[in-house]
Amino acid sequence: MSKNLRFKSSKILDETYRISFKFNNKTYYGYKGDTLASALLANDVHLVGRSFKYHRPRGIMTAGSEEPNAIIQLHDNTSRTEPNVRATEIEIYEGLVASSQNCWPSVNFDIGGINNILSPVLPAGFYYKTFMWPKNFWEKYEYFIRKSAGLGKSPKEADPDIYEHKYMHCDVLIIGAGISGIIAAKIAAKNGLKTLLVDEKSFLGGSTIYDNSEFSKINNQIVSSWLEKEINEISKLENLEIKTRTSVAAFHGYNFLLARESLTDHLPINQRENKIRQRLLKIRAKKVISATGAIERPLIFDNNDRPGILLSSAIKKYIDLYGVASGENNILFTNNDTAYETAMSMIQRGIKINAIIDNREQVDSKLSYEVEKNNIKIFKGYTVVDTYGYKRINGLSIMELSKDGQKVIGKKIKLICDSLGVSGGWTPAVHLFTQSGGKLKFREDDQVFIPSKYPSDQLCIGSCNGDFSIEEITTNTILSVKKFLNINNTNYKTLEIMTGINRSKRNIWLLPSDKILGKTKSFVDYQNDATAKDIKLALREGFRSIEHVKRYTTTGMGTDQGKLGNMHALGIISETAGTKMGEHGTTTFRPPYTPLTFGTIVGRNVGEFFDITRRTPIHDWHVANNAKFENVGQWKRAWYYPKENENMHQAVQRESKAARECAGILDASTLGKIDIQGTDTSEFLNRVYTNAWSKLAIGKCRYGIMLNEDGMVYDDGVTTRLDENHYIMTTTTGGAANVLGKLEDYLQTEWPELDVYLSSVTDHYATISVCGPHSKKIVSKIFPDLDFSDEKFPHMSFKNAKIGQIKCRVMRISFTGEQSYEINIQSNYGKSVWEKCMEAGKNFDITPYGTETMHLLRAEKGFIIVGQDTDATMTPIDLQMDWIVSKKKYDFIGKRSLYRSDTIKDDRKQLVGLLTENPDEVLEEGAQIVADIKKSPIEMLGHVTSSYYSPNLNKSIALGVVKGGKKMLGQKLIIPMENKNINVTVADPVFLDKEGKRLNAKL
Amino acid sequence: MFLINCPFCGEREQSEFKAGGEAHIERPKQPTELSDDEWAEFLFMRKNIKGIQFERWNHTHGCRKWFNIARDTSNDQIKAVYKMGEKPPVKL
Ligand SMILES: [Zn+2]
Repeated sequence: MSKNLRFKSSKILDETYRISFKFNNKTYYGYKGDTLASALLANDVHLVGRSFKYHRPRGIMTAGSEEPNAIIQLHDNTSRTEPNVRATEIEIYEGLVASSQNCWPSVNFDIGGINNILSPVLPAGFYYKTFMWPKNFWEKYEYFIRKSAGLGKSPKEADPDIYEHKYMHCDVLIIGAGISGIIAAKIAAKNGLKTLLVDEKSFLGGSTIYDNSEFSKINNQIVSSWLEKEINEISKLENLEIKTRTSVAAFHGYNFLLARESLTDHLPINQRENKIRQRLLKIRAKKVISATGAIERPLIFDNNDRPGILLSSAIKKYIDLYGVASGENNILFTNNDTAYETAMSMIQRGIKINAIIDNREQVDSKLSYEVEKNNIKIFKGYTVVDTYGYKRINGLSIMELSKDGQKVIGKKIKLICDSLGVSGGWTPAVHLFTQSGGKLKFREDDQVFIPSKYPSDQLCIGSCNGDFSIEEITTNTILSVKKFLNINNTNYKTLEIMTGINRSKRNIWLLPSDKILGKTKSFVDYQNDATAKDIKLALREGFRSIEHVKRYTTTGMGTDQGKLGNMHALGIISETAGTKMGEHGTTTFRPPYTPLTFGTIVGRNVGEFFDITRRTPIHDWHVANNAKFENVGQWKRAWYYPKENENMHQAVQRESKAARECAGILDASTLGKIDIQGTDTSEFLNRVYTNAWSKLAIGKCRYGIMLNEDGMVYDDGVTTRLDENHYIMTTTTGGAANVLGKLEDYLQTEWPELDVYLSSVTDHYATISVCGPHSKKIVSKIFPDLDFSDEKFPHMSFKNAKIGQIKCRVMRISFTGEQSYEINIQSNYGKSVWEKCMEAGKNFDITPYGTETMHLLRAEKGFIIVGQDTDATMTPIDLQMDWIVSKKKYDFIGKRSLYRSDTIKDDRKQLVGLLTENPDEVLEEGAQIVADIKKSPIEMLGHVTSSYYSPNLNKSIALGVVKGGKKMLGQKLIIPMENKNINVTVADPVFLDKEGKRLNAKL
Repeated sequence: MFLINCPFCGEREQSEFKAGGEAHIERPKQPTELSDDEWAEFLFMRKNIKGIQFERWNHTHGCRKWFNIARDTSNDQIKAVYKMGEKPPVKL
């Protein structure tokens, strides 16, 4: 590279520390302190990507988080790869590898570039209008669209880095450490307030810290020197915490903010091991001061997007902060004084300025005179009408503006350049303020939206509040912060300010051209390729609200949320529609301000910490005995226990037969258990269950169904009366927490007069269920002192018992239809009692079974599973469980709903049994049930809810819900499947032992 | 995210609470006396207003107590917090 674009003695670079990095497979060098963008510019690399729709070559445009073009992929094809990183924000480190994103096969030769030539046929809404039709073509389009367009690639491997979340609390949070943020921090912290100051950059001081102009001074010192001293002073304050590289992502209500702190992103990869990469700060601030600055506006003219065109303030920053010139032949194009500050920086460094084009006819600030003194040609009252150069700007043409600024007049003048700085004035960065719910007002005089109504205890200061000159910033900041924090003394004596610029500005949202609009490409949103023409088209097609125009043209919908061009979009809309600014709404900025990594969002909640895993006290035994597990809510439940080469079906068939022929054992510890005490408990149960509970004797158990107030089945389970005023309720595994919550709700809010207390004891007890014809012999061995005779210990009763000194409860209840006993014991003894049962059952072929066998066994008996056979639209009557609904009780939860006009309809979906014509054919759960397949459309009558092959009945059985099913007993129905229709007969849902003899069966 | 001043525990973050819908809807004492329409009014109909709304909240990850709040739905400001059974404050 023959060009010398790097100057020595820049402010934050360490010129003794050279760093090599790769961009698009080529090695470059930069210095420690460089951003990827500044280092690329120093190497004369402007072309960094392609635009999203037209694939036009694009270059670095800004020097901050507002960058729309220089969006790169970091470390492609590695586990640390990250898409959509702004080259203007990433600090270079040894070994950095970056590549352009939106191009294929390469940034220099890009197939999608043909879209640029095709662009007359690619207007706004093109994707909506074209690719939606014809429908079956979509797949073909999609392949090419996905390949050639794109916003980066997601990583294919697990993220090796560590992230974490941290809560922070402070009296005052100050967002942004520019000059106003620094002043505010000093005032707050010096007055004893716990203050937190955050800034997204690696250094403090914002843009003032590199403002070395002789024309802008505070107390007779160059502003950067004055600010440096201030920073020095505040960094020693004890109650001030400063966080750099920390970007506030979201500003929620109640002054709750989320910020991302980058800790290792600027370090070489090999120094990142075992360090936290990024931290999500969850900040609760009593007061928030936004000092988020302002973003320079581009200007909207034909071909305003070529590589080499930058914001004028970005050019200044690259020169003053990084010692990098963006070109050797520079032109500046402006409508205000900002560009003259850039010009002065260039003059100081001896960088060549070919011309300045200024929209204003009168340019008369101290600074502009100084620039003119340096023999720089200023074209006053002129505008750029076109630019030239494909991969880098090489020239432009200008014309004179008419008096009203609507037309161009006179002769076209052509100028050459390799870099163009544009300045359209400033837009306050009110993104966070509006996120928090703040309302804006429009200031006509310089055409900006500024904060007007604060939704919480907060304040905007500095240029984000519309104060752009050093004088306004310092004076207003000190005054408003004092007032906001109720402080009398600020330590700031009157500041003497000197400035070289004026506020005058000639604002033209869309600059006129000698071409008709249809022939121009004046970009408003660079990232999403939305042009002024597109916005006007949207208005012509009838869109008015900015939110609609935005979606139709995709303006402001890129990863940069249109930080540069949204104002122009609003301006063009209001000009075209002839309305006031803001009348069609302002766009809503949404969190995050800049994109967040998934790692930061999830923090430590990854892998096994992603969700809580609940294991029963007997879990280890299941693992040791080859159980396969299924997730039931957060629980791991033993699903089945395959032996040797058994598959699931074989294991379940064996387990199911064993449970009915010999003995089975199930870990039922996951069932919800609620301990209920109090003198009104039986009344309470009467109100929450559908059946009657007043007459349940001590020592007895009863099955109950609980409804919602709408009459639909909510949960079920067995409740046991342990003592006069002491009950234990069981709930379904998944419903435990909700049932407890619901019961608490009724007790606290509807029936506070009831003397009832609820306590969740699910985790307190292990529950072991032993079933089958041999079950009594097995439990007798474990409780030799207990009388297990049917007379003394009948079905649906309970006994207190002991194993050694350990108290436990034995319930004789059954979910399988077999005689069965449930042992409830303090959790920590669960595993040893389970092992005792296995030992005691050895001679009776006791077989552990899992949830799948449990489901099969209960289906043979037609017992429902809430949530599988019911779906919040089933009443107990629909389930053919009329017997459980008390006719005598005056009221219970959901009773009134059971005779609403809708719930008493005959043709509701009702639970029935289904038997297949071919007994070996097992239905698919969820399959549709129909009666007539000839009529089209085929009426769907219901669906299969449970389906198994029963080894005890040697046939396929199923439960399903069918419209009017109760009256269809014996009727033939059809289950249409992909390749066949299966004939079924509606049957009684109880397939086995309808009389319940097995509950007392003896062998 | 709101800060909610639980009347039993004090100010806590919203994530500790669960919203329970509109407040001051009493379960009818004699549901059997009600017509379908009257029962439906209790069962289904809820207000959704812009402005002050009275809501039930439960401190699920705290004391588990239910209580009421008066919230301005236009800006999420909580104007009052009061216990179950208490009448909503008249002046807000
Ligand atoms: Zn509480």
